[in-house]
Amino acid sequence: MTAFNPSTEDEVAALVRDAAASGRGLEIRGGGTRGIGAVEADDVMGTGGLTGVTLYEPGALTLVVRAGTPLGEIEAVLAAENQQLPFEPWDGRALTGSNGTPTIGGMVAVNASGPRRIQAGACRDSMIGVRFVDGTGAVVKNGGRVMKNVTGLDLVKLMAGSHGTLGVLTEVGFKVLPRPETTATIALDGLDAPDAVAAMTAAMTTPYDVTGAAHAPAGLGEGPVTMLRLEGFEGSVAHRSRELVRALGRFGAARVVEGPGDWAWVRDAAGFAGREGAVWRVSVKPTDGVRLAEALAPAEVIFDWSGGLIWALTPEDFDLRAAVADIPGHATLVRSVGDAQTRFGAFNPEPAPLAAIAAGLRVKFDPSGILNPGRMGARAAVPA
Amino acid sequence: MRMPDPDIAILDRKAEIVTRLQAVLPDEAVVSDPLELTAYECDALTAYRCPPLAVVLPATTEEVSAILAICSELGVPVVPRGSGTSLAGGALPTADSVILGVARLNAVLEEDYENRVIRVQSGRTNLSVTGAVEHEDFFYAPDPSSQLACAIAGNIAMNSGGAHCLKYGVTTNNLLGVTMVLMDGTVVEIGGAHLDAPGYDILGIICGSEGQLGVVTEATLRILKKPEGARPVLMGFDSSEVAGACVADIIKAGVLPVAIEFMDRPCIRACEDFVHAGYPDVEALLIVEVEGSEGEIAEQLEKIVAIARRHDPVELRESKSAEESALIWKGRKSAFGAMGQINDYICLDGTIPINELPLVLRRTGELADQYGLKVANVFHAGDGNMHPLILYDANAPGELEKAEALGADILTLCVEVGGCLTGEHGVGVEKRDLMNVQYAPADLEAQLRVKDVFDPRWLLNPSKVFPLASTEARRAA
Repeated sequence: MTAFNPSTEDEVAALVRDAAASGRGLEIRGGGTRGIGAVEADDVMGTGGLTGVTLYEPGALTLVVRAGTPLGEIEAVLAAENQQLPFEPWDGRALTGSNGTPTIGGMVAVNASGPRRIQAGACRDSMIGVRFVDGTGAVVKNGGRVMKNVTGLDLVKLMAGSHGTLGVLTEVGFKVLPRPETTATIALDGLDAPDAVAAMTAAMTTPYDVTGAAHAPAGLGEGPVTMLRLEGFEGSVAHRSRELVRALGRFGAARVVEGPGDWAWVRDAAGFAGREGAVWRVSVKPTDGVRLAEALAPAEVIFDWSGGLIWALTPEDFDLRAAVADIPGHATLVRSVGDAQTRFGAFNPEPAPLAAIAAGLRVKFDPSGILNPGRMGARAAVPA
Repeated sequence: MRMPDPDIAILDRKAEIVTRLQAVLPDEAVVSDPLELTAYECDALTAYRCPPLAVVLPATTEEVSAILAICSELGVPVVPRGSGTSLAGGALPTADSVILGVARLNAVLEEDYENRVIRVQSGRTNLSVTGAVEHEDFFYAPDPSSQLACAIAGNIAMNSGGAHCLKYGVTTNNLLGVTMVLMDGTVVEIGGAHLDAPGYDILGIICGSEGQLGVVTEATLRILKKPEGARPVLMGFDSSEVAGACVADIIKAGVLPVAIEFMDRPCIRACEDFVHAGYPDVEALLIVEVEGSEGEIAEQLEKIVAIARRHDPVELRESKSAEESALIWKGRKSAFGAMGQINDYICLDGTIPINELPLVLRRTGELADQYGLKVANVFHAGDGNMHPLILYDANAPGELEKAEALGADILTLCVEVGGCLTGEHGVGVEKRDLMNVQYAPADLEAQLRVKDVFDPRWLLNPSKVFPLASTEARRAA
């Protein structure tokens, strides 16, 4: 196994052409901090050499950056101009125990989106342009550096969450947003899951622009806690905090916590870090979150996205998808140290017509099957 | 603008094709009479017209599936049509094509306020989606100017935006799921009320695909609770460049209004004559809208007004009442109609990085002078989505061609400064041959391959979006 570390897009293209010619599978790696789904590759290509900001226009809310750039560097660059990535990407390091460096490309490849996703959209919603090398070694660009763009088919979205199976990302453009001046969290203590989801639903259907709605049944040390986040100018946050507390009166006394709060803990499912078992992310209709959590009991869960995202910590031999099969949605196995990945597969199987489209796209973009082979459903799961 | 010659073999089989379609649809859902077909000969890009072979108006997903299966079997091209408000010729027929209109697919299927979604059939008009949820104080955010008439199907096809997408995003950011029929009649379900779909982002690539990949029959859309209040402020400047600089400063300052709209003098005057919106007679006008409670509106407007004052506005006026606010927006949303009263025009849709606004406005004026034509500007300044209106006389020989040449020059300028050909109207036939300006052959080839997967025989809305030469072999295969 050879490890390649190209530092230019041309080098990436040449390496991919060689791999396509020889048929040697390439594992495409950013920082290796998330690593969802196994890859059966002959060689590894790291993107860590493709670094740097190509364009940053704070006045146009636009950032274009090379794919291997560490996420932390980009967050610092944006913070210096009082801006941020709107979608609050989750950091996989605590869960996976990886000591790698999260990259922009890796974040995009998994469409990593945190609590603010319910208000500001996912990573894909902030993406406005990509450059990538497809499986034939051709350099492709799509989108650009403007927020509104319907010029041809939107391959930008297609690349988000494609886990390096359609092309090697070399550059990504984002719409960024101002950092909020003030943050406050409304915390409700002691709610059970049905009441917590009811409270989050009630908050999300107010006009108060809630940017985070999470519930930790096991709490962060002091019993169940339900959290609702408000962000913006100081006066506005104060006004909305008052109104939201009033609107949620029937759920008991609320605490208003100033400052960043525990949102990084929610974002990274930090409560499951360093603990045994498989970690799943399940996406459902928010009000189905309660039913889902019941079906998973006694597995420990964390509710984000107002109940629409459930992080679950289960035994390695627990077939989560079978347990929740009657609830519309899908489950991704984010971490497995035992055999859960081999038995169940990391990615949710898709209905036949969609699976056919996905397979068709993959063949078109990577006709030699050399990009992250085995990842995203290309390998059959071993029967339990 | 060239369209491929119709396939004579298909024209010769019209009777057979119509009979097959009539067998799976109610009588009133198949139009084949030449006189009635003229109603479908163009969309809002009226410079180009061609009656289709037939028109079908299905009312269910099953009917759409049956239609597409028949057309697929018989090798007949299908042009999907929402409400026919496309400004880019997205629904322009060819003589050998069947128009599939979604106007009868207009039901609301489910309102789910707890999960903030609505499920509708795709022919429902944009404004009537909000109409269906307004009684609970909810709304659907994307608000294209044509929202009274345009269909959700067309909004999805063109990834429509509107004045308020600076805060709420465009259609792709507000679309959670679709039922779509592929050209071979296969029905696929993508996404739903959950926040993201598994696997590849198929929903993302369908949105903005201009009817190239499938026919969307149902859509799950994000609905939002209405803000406590909203208020626009009018700002008049004595030059477009200064107005452009003011926009960039507002955004840089960390204030994100829900809308920043720009109009220049020719456009202001036309709107004023048309709806008497109370606009000042200035060189450049900004409409900046903020939302929230009274206190929040005041907090934001204070910051915005302070920035505006640094640019020496000749007029600075906050709306004093709901009626005044409605009138201000009525003027803006009537802009295209108002210009249409006094001139023929081509409406462009290029998007540019907003820091390039002053340069692009100046160069546009210079280019217009070179062609001896007038250009009026009205656009979404907050996101750089320009709408230069090129005024011309359709009855004067050669004027349309001259206006189109100026349009191509302006759009090329947009691309040169880092922007794109179209922000929300789509490529259609209008900008098809300019795609080479924005994309290299490998970029286009990647897009063509996506269409190959969804529509391997290139029967769905062919001859649109991509330069004809780049698709010739695929269409002939």
